[in-house]
Amino acid sequence: MDQIGFLQPRPAVLSRRREIVTDLLDLLPEGCLVHEPRALVPFETDAFVSYRRLPLAVALPETTQQVAAVLKYCHRYGVPVVPRGAGTSLSGGAIPQEDAVVIGLSKMARILEVDYANRTATVQAGVTNLAISDAVSADGYFYAPDPSSQLACTIGGNIGMNSGGAHCLKYGVTTNNLLGVKLVLIDGTIVELGGKALDAGGLDLLGVVCGGEGQLGIVTEATVRLIAKPEGARPVLFGFDSSEEAGACVADVIGAGIIPVAIEFMDRPAIEICEAFAHAGYPMDVEALLIVEVEGSEAEMDAMLASIIAIARSHGVKVVKESQSALEAALIWKGRKSAFGATGRIADYICMDGTVPLGQLPAVLRGTAEIVEKYGLRVANVFHAGDGNMHPLILFNANDPEDAAKAEAAGNDILKLCVDVGGCLTGEHGVGIEKRDLMRHQYSDTDLAQQMAVRAAFDPQWLLNPSKVFPLEGRPAA
Amino acid sequence: MTPIHEPLSEEAAARLVQVAALTKSPFVIRGGGTRSLHAAPEGADVLSARGLSGIVAYNPAEMTMTARAGTPLEVVEAALAEKRQMLAFEPPDLRGVLGSSGIPTIGGVFAANASGPRRLTAGAARDSLLGLRFVNGRGEVVKAGGRVMKNVTGLDLVKLLAGSHGALAFITEVTFRLLPVPETAVTILVSGLNDAEAAAAMATAMSMSVEVSGAAHLPESVRGRFAGGALPEGAATALRLEGLSASVEVRAQKLAAAMAGFGPVARLDAEVTARLWREIRDAAPYADGTARPLWRVSVAPTAGQQLVAALRLETGVDAFYDWQGGLVWLRMEAAPETALLRRYIKAVGGGHATLLRARPEVLAAGEAFQPQAEAVAALQGRVKASFDPDGLFVSRMMG
Repeated sequence: MDQIGFLQPRPAVLSRRREIVTDLLDLLPEGCLVHEPRALVPFETDAFVSYRRLPLAVALPETTQQVAAVLKYCHRYGVPVVPRGAGTSLSGGAIPQEDAVVIGLSKMARILEVDYANRTATVQAGVTNLAISDAVSADGYFYAPDPSSQLACTIGGNIGMNSGGAHCLKYGVTTNNLLGVKLVLIDGTIVELGGKALDAGGLDLLGVVCGGEGQLGIVTEATVRLIAKPEGARPVLFGFDSSEEAGACVADVIGAGIIPVAIEFMDRPAIEICEAFAHAGYPMDVEALLIVEVEGSEAEMDAMLASIIAIARSHGVKVVKESQSALEAALIWKGRKSAFGATGRIADYICMDGTVPLGQLPAVLRGTAEIVEKYGLRVANVFHAGDGNMHPLILFNANDPEDAAKAEAAGNDILKLCVDVGGCLTGEHGVGIEKRDLMRHQYSDTDLAQQMAVRAAFDPQWLLNPSKVFPLEGRPAA
Repeated sequence: MTPIHEPLSEEAAARLVQVAALTKSPFVIRGGGTRSLHAAPEGADVLSARGLSGIVAYNPAEMTMTARAGTPLEVVEAALAEKRQMLAFEPPDLRGVLGSSGIPTIGGVFAANASGPRRLTAGAARDSLLGLRFVNGRGEVVKAGGRVMKNVTGLDLVKLLAGSHGALAFITEVTFRLLPVPETAVTILVSGLNDAEAAAAMATAMSMSVEVSGAAHLPESVRGRFAGGALPEGAATALRLEGLSASVEVRAQKLAAAMAGFGPVARLDAEVTARLWREIRDAAPYADGTARPLWRVSVAPTAGQQLVAALRLETGVDAFYDWQGGLVWLRMEAAPETALLRRYIKAVGGGHATLLRARPEVLAAGEAFQPQAEAVAALQGRVKASFDPDGLFVSRMMG
């Protein structure tokens, strides 16, 4: 299974490997450069494990100035650079290539400032997503975007991919919670974009850096929005006899003007996998499950839940289970958040990330089942239904190349279906290498050319994370 | 008389730009002309979006709308009101302060990233914008983004175009997300606080689990010009709560109890609340029919009153605050005042100031928008060139 191509390594770089390593050793403090082949293995892939490439070297800088020095060097000698946070990308965004220097931000993991009066935290890019919420939780605040990998993934990676999570239905994704960054450009220039003010002057460069998949520069510090924790939160389980009924219920809840903080969907295979792993108390006699979380005061939660339950009943809901304690609530979420890990225990899988208009949810669920059946594979669906962000997990056997090729083909068909009904290829995981060659299905050549021109304005030589996002052919210089 | 082009279709707009590219004839892009003070240099034709009007698609169940860029904002808002939905970011109507007679358009709202009080917690216009279509400086029609809430497919050009003030491309169509209109709204008003005390009170309110959706401070000098003079004596610190009635009631009691430690507390009903926040949104006290310079300053919330206090040591200042103190509407007595203001913004931690209103020669001197740091300005120049290589689209924002 090696169908997705990478750029050919630059011979001029490969042939200078030893010199480059020597030069980088000079630029960085001791212990900040990995270059022995065996020590490079942990960096050869990310959470998109089907593909792997050993990098030329891995720089682990401790300061923004060191990041700038390495970038300046790579820019001068035409060495590709692959930025890396925690390596949890599901789309291959952090997979290196043979002629690339990986710049890992793991040593830059300090929270620099917490400013409650302005509700901001300023952190280094290697700080994990959850560490921010943990640091401010006791004082009644949290950082809203919460990808499933939040225990491990870094804020720098979140910015690169504009990560979402279960709770972004109400609070938005990374770009809506990011106020400023310190960014190192490919030539080593350090710029600051945004800050503690709610908006910045000039063009919204911060808005395009967020989600730039590490192709526009390397973020070393970020200022993010903190939000006061809600008074209370209550997840409720709804079990349905069919995925279509559950999907229609979601569309009606949103259509009625009710915006819960999260609406998560699981189909029967996903319920079985998660329940076996997490013992979350999910009902086992239903075809589809919704986890709807509301928050606020008791009065507000009661009122919202009453409306939601009435809508669910109109769709023939079979089971309604309210969490009665903090422990039960935590268990409900544990089941959902462990979905990917639990699935990985029973089979290999690839996780799709297409987003569709809400009204198309039932049709796309049916279409997904048909596509996967056509290839003779199994699928488990677990996703953020409130914003139409689907995550079909296609199960296959990675040791069987034919099976793997089928899974990839089925995934591509599903993503094309998402685009064809008015959606997009990826809602929160990013394009990476995984969806790169599908970009032409969503965008015209003119659309892509405009994006590539903007990208080239930041990095004219295409050195930053070069094998990702855009089709390998037809790339313009600045 | 400046020639005005009003293409009636996206294709016609693209052809106009293609032809202009041949002779390198510049355009000034205009929506409804409400901010024409900002953009009327000599020698450039106007490229207006007013001919591109109409709602293309409205799907209340998915809370999204697509409209052509020149659709009047009031047409959009009327359609939304029928389904009890709204734009989350409360776009201001600045015709009063600008003394202009244009018609605000939905494309203009996004091109200016024009956002009102709810921006504090619900995001700016750019956060509601899901997708758009535009004609770039090569005369090509480009689409960016889409119509779904979550989309990280490729570079987020949508954010770049939002707030680009006509510097990058001619926006032809926008798709944006909506929110349900809250069942009710109330304002908790604390009276008699000075600016620093108000900053502390607003920070406390924002730290509570009561979901404040607007936090403004109206010093005594402007208080009487809000709500028909009906606000209680003394400076007014206003905190808005919105949502289901039962929930708003509980939160209002909680917030009022906490605010009682700062000063006398009053509660404004839904009707007065609607009027007050509309006036805050539109900077109504400064809609005085004059051309006296008016600044819109964005800094960290706690820095707003620090900035005004610092300026007061140098000159006479009249100001009020939105966004928990981070948005300052400001008039000064100093002349020249631009350098002074920008120096103090830097001193309080940075931010930016836009000169919304001034005599034409002051605006023409390029002082309206905040200058950027050198490296950032260079980067912005390259980004502009990637949309508009020949510099056809003239905008004061890019200097």
